[in-house]
This record gives sequence, structure tokens and C-alpha cells, in this order.
Amino acid sequence: MNVPKDLRYTKEHEWIRSKQGEVEVGITEYAQGELGDVIFVDLPPVGTKVAAMKTFGSIDAVKTVSDLFAPVAGEIVAVNGSLKDNPALVNQSPYEQGWMVRIRVENPAEVTALLTSDDYEKLLGAHA
Amino acid sequence: MSFVGRSDAERRAMLERIGAATIEDLWGAIPAEFRVAGALPLPPPLAEYEISKRFEADAARNADSGRYACFLGAGIYDHFIPAAVRALTSRSEYATAYTPYQPEVAQGTLQVIFEYQSMIRELTGMEVANASMYDAGTAAAEAAQMAAAAKSRRRVIVSAGLHPHHRQVLATYASAGNFKIVETPLTGGRTDLAAAKAAFGADAAAFLWAQPNFEGIVEDGAVLTEAAHAAGAYSVAVADPIALSVLTPPGAQGADIVVGEGQPLGVPMSYGGPLVGFFAIRKSDVRRLPGRLSGVTADLDGRRGFVLTLQTREQHIRRERATSNICTNQGLMALANTIHLALLGAQGMRDVALQCLERTHYLAARVARVPGVSIAHGAPFFREFVLHLPGPAASFVEHALGANLLAGVPLSRFDRGRPNDLLVAVTEKRTREEMDRYASTLAAWVGSRAAAPAEEAACPR
Repeated sequence: MNVPKDLRYTKEHEWIRSKQGEVEVGITEYAQGELGDVIFVDLPPVGTKVAAMKTFGSIDAVKTVSDLFAPVAGEIVAVNGSLKDNPALVNQSPYEQGWMVRIRVENPAEVTALLTSDDYEKLLGAHA
Repeated sequence: MSFVGRSDAERRAMLERIGAATIEDLWGAIPAEFRVAGALPLPPPLAEYEISKRFEADAARNADSGRYACFLGAGIYDHFIPAAVRALTSRSEYATAYTPYQPEVAQGTLQVIFEYQSMIRELTGMEVANASMYDAGTAAAEAAQMAAAAKSRRRVIVSAGLHPHHRQVLATYASAGNFKIVETPLTGGRTDLAAAKAAFGADAAAFLWAQPNFEGIVEDGAVLTEAAHAAGAYSVAVADPIALSVLTPPGAQGADIVVGEGQPLGVPMSYGGPLVGFFAIRKSDVRRLPGRLSGVTADLDGRRGFVLTLQTREQHIRRERATSNICTNQGLMALANTIHLALLGAQGMRDVALQCLERTHYLAARVARVPGVSIAHGAPFFREFVLHLPGPAASFVEHALGANLLAGVPLSRFDRGRPNDLLVAVTEKRTREEMDRYASTLAAWVGSRAAAPAEEAACPR
């Protein structure tokens, strides 16, 4: 299972990439495998304020729907428009082209409190 | 559905299996004070033939549309239903499982739904129609809810031209808190555009209007839609399917959601139900569509097949996040709509609509000549109009029963301030003789009132 070392993670199987006061958010390789073929990603418009661990969107697979949780509080500054026409990017490239939103972080301490790749691998171990 | 009683042997077998000696043993747990002592006070049993005579006699006491010329409308209309509709809807091939989730056993049902959706799309001028809703009222409420979710706004502006019952259903839905209703009035029988614009404000999610409206008047859908869009709100039409075959469909006027009542398409009036709602939208909103959707696809061998589509919208998967908690449809009534529409075709539908229009205007012209009687509104009307009488409408309706006429629906049933207004509907079934009889009966009633003005005081309002 691919769990990149340079990312942070949540218990909800999302990954977080820090970039100068902003974070990019997506779902992990494990999460996309559990969901199966992703057919739609419902994301909020740019400018939406999000609260930590509150729902900001949802992801539809063929037979299930899952909520997306904001890993940290902040404001959505970018949304991956490619997912609209090609939601399968979430399955094909979960850590790169399948990113979902970028959030301008309110409190940087929230980012450092997230799971490290080691923590997340342990969590996956518990699932296995 | 047949009822098959249990034989004594079967009852004994069931009692034995659960360890009860007699049926009294089984009921022994019910406290004595809640038990009926002795035999029920019922009349003695009748033979099958006696029962059928008894019920025929009781049924003959109803003023039904077979023996009375029906000018009732107000949401449910007396259109002709070809015998083929009943014959085909009763075929056992359509009596398949209630829930067509398994395409491998439900191709017939799924194909009918697909064709129904295609016909509703064509009638409404929209891009996607669902598999049907319970009735026009719930469809209108679902439309309000969908618009509120799509716009992230809560205020829904509702024209007073919507059927009063539909407005009540909207109010019931609104009481759950997902949206709030602001009603705007009619002026001269039409939606008051200035009042509607004033009601929009900056946060209206949707504007609901009816085509034609409850008082029979044809609305200017393009203007109403433009006003809704200028306020950033969805334009939602509650449209009559017969009128849609001759009027510009709301979809072509830019409406975002078109709903309506399918009863005029092959469904009997019964006693006001069951009904069937239709629901059509633009493709860009398909993920917010309430209810079911049947789609066409190809199987592994490339053969055409039908399946329920985009089910992640639906409550059984999305659960509390679904936009709607309806994931069923009005299958039998939608089947009747489909067969009726297929039998009539586009030309047949236009013929029916034009006959309704011509007859309605014939009757209106006849009755308007009766002294003291006027057509309430000057605006164009389609199949229905409000007649303003020189006395209580309820009293004329009572009088007209004597001439085997169901003369209309008194508006006092919905608005106590309008005792003299009568809503009159004329379908393609009404003959010249019936309409002439209507006019002469009305003239006689008006004449008798002029002769005995004291009657007024005795009339219930």
C-alpha cells in the first residue's frame, strides 16, 4: 500500500500536503480501493469556509456515498475542476491528479497535529 | 387482489403448531374488558347475488360522471380514457415485482419507465425526467426542496396561482425547515409580476408558478422565468400535461424544473386519487434529482438493456444526505400515462388540447350572455375558467344537479371571501348539447332568483 512519507493523514483516510500556508487534500490509495470506481465528487465552491473534521463534500462510488471531512479549519481556495469530467482520477492517481481541494489554513498547529505516514500505516495495519 | 379464507383444517393446524388448543386460548391474553362479548352486531349474511344487487343500488345513489355531465376540474379532469389503457395496464406482464432493482428480471418495467421519462421530457421541453412522483403536490414540494439545496437558499416564492392543495403540501414540507414559503398574489387571475419581484429579495431559491394556473389562466412563462432568473432563483413550473401539447413548454421558456399532475393522461378521476406526479429538470442538476431514474445501457454482449441509474442520489444509499426521501415511483399510474401518451401520440394530444380549448371558450361565450353572469378574468384561459355568478355558486351547483350537471367547483371551498365564484372545466368529452343545457340551466337559475330574491337569505354560504 502506497503511503507517501511527505504527507499527513487523517483517520477518515484523507491525505494532506502542506504548501506555504495552504493544504491540498485528497483521499488515500486505501480509501479509493475500498470505495471502488468513483463516479462523482461533490465539492463546494471556492471561498467556502470549512471547519476542522466537518463535512465539506461527498464522494460517490457505484454503490456507496462517503462524506469528505475538512482535516483543518480554513477557506477553500481551489477546487480540482478535472474531477468533474474525470472522477476516475481519484482511483488512478489518488495522491496527485486526484487531489480535491486546497484550503488556506487558519491555524498551522492543526496541520502538525495530523497523523504522520507512520501513524497512518499503523492505522491501516489495524484494519488489515 | 383475491381473498382466500382459511379452512377449519388449516386453522387447527396453525393452532396446533403454536401450542394453542382453541382460538380462545390464543386470545386469552387480551383483558376481558377489551374483548367484544357475544356476536358482532352485523346484519345476516347475504348470497353473492344479493350482495351485488345491494352494492349496485348503493352505487347508483352517487352522482357519477357517467350519468352526469362533468364540468368539475380544479386539478382532476374528466378526459376520455381509451379502453386499451385499462386492458394493457391490467396485463400480467406489468404486474412484476414492486421494486425493479434487478434489471435481469425487470426489463419490462424498466423499459416502460424509460419510455415514460422520454415522453415527459418531450412534453415539458426538459432534458431529464424521473420515473414519476406521488402527485403534482409532492412533486412541487420536492422541486422547492431541490432548488433550496441547489441554491443553498431557503426562501421559496410561490404564486397564488398554484392549486391550494399543492400550496398546503408545500407548507407541510416547509414545516420540516428546509425552506420557507412566501406567497405572491394574483391580479386579474394572473401572477402579479411586480408583487413577485418585490417578494424575491436577494435570497430566493425558487419561484413556483402554475401553467395554466388554478383559475384556468395561461401565465406568461417566459416573463415569470426571466424574473426568477434575474433574482438568481430557479423557475419552477407546475404544468398541465394536456395544455403542454399546445402551449410553449416551460422548458423552452427557460424553466429549471417542470412538474405537474399526470392524472389527465389515462388515469381515472376516482374519488380524487390515486394521482401521479411528473418531474423534469435540466441535465446539469441530475445529481439532485429526487426519485428513481431508469437509463438505457448495453450488456456484456452489446445488447440494449435498462437499469436504474445514478442510485447514489437515492435515500437507500445516500441515507440522511439524500436530497429526497422518496425512492419509489407511482408505477401503475405512470404506466397508464405511458400507454395513453403512446396511443394518442403528439397529434392526438394536440387534438385533445384544441378540443378542450374550443369547447371551454364555447361554453364561456354561452354563459357570459346570461344576465348578471360574467367571466371573472379577462386574461386568456385554456380548459377552465372562473364564472362570477349573481348569487352563491354552491346554490347553482345544487340546482344544476337536477339537470344532471356537475356544474363546477365553488371557489368558496378554498376562499370564503368568494361565495359567488365557480370554477368550471370543459374537457373534450363535453358535447354541445351538454354545454347548451349548462347555459339554459344557469339562465333558469338566475331567472328563478330574480323572481324570488328572498331565497338568498336561506342559501348556505
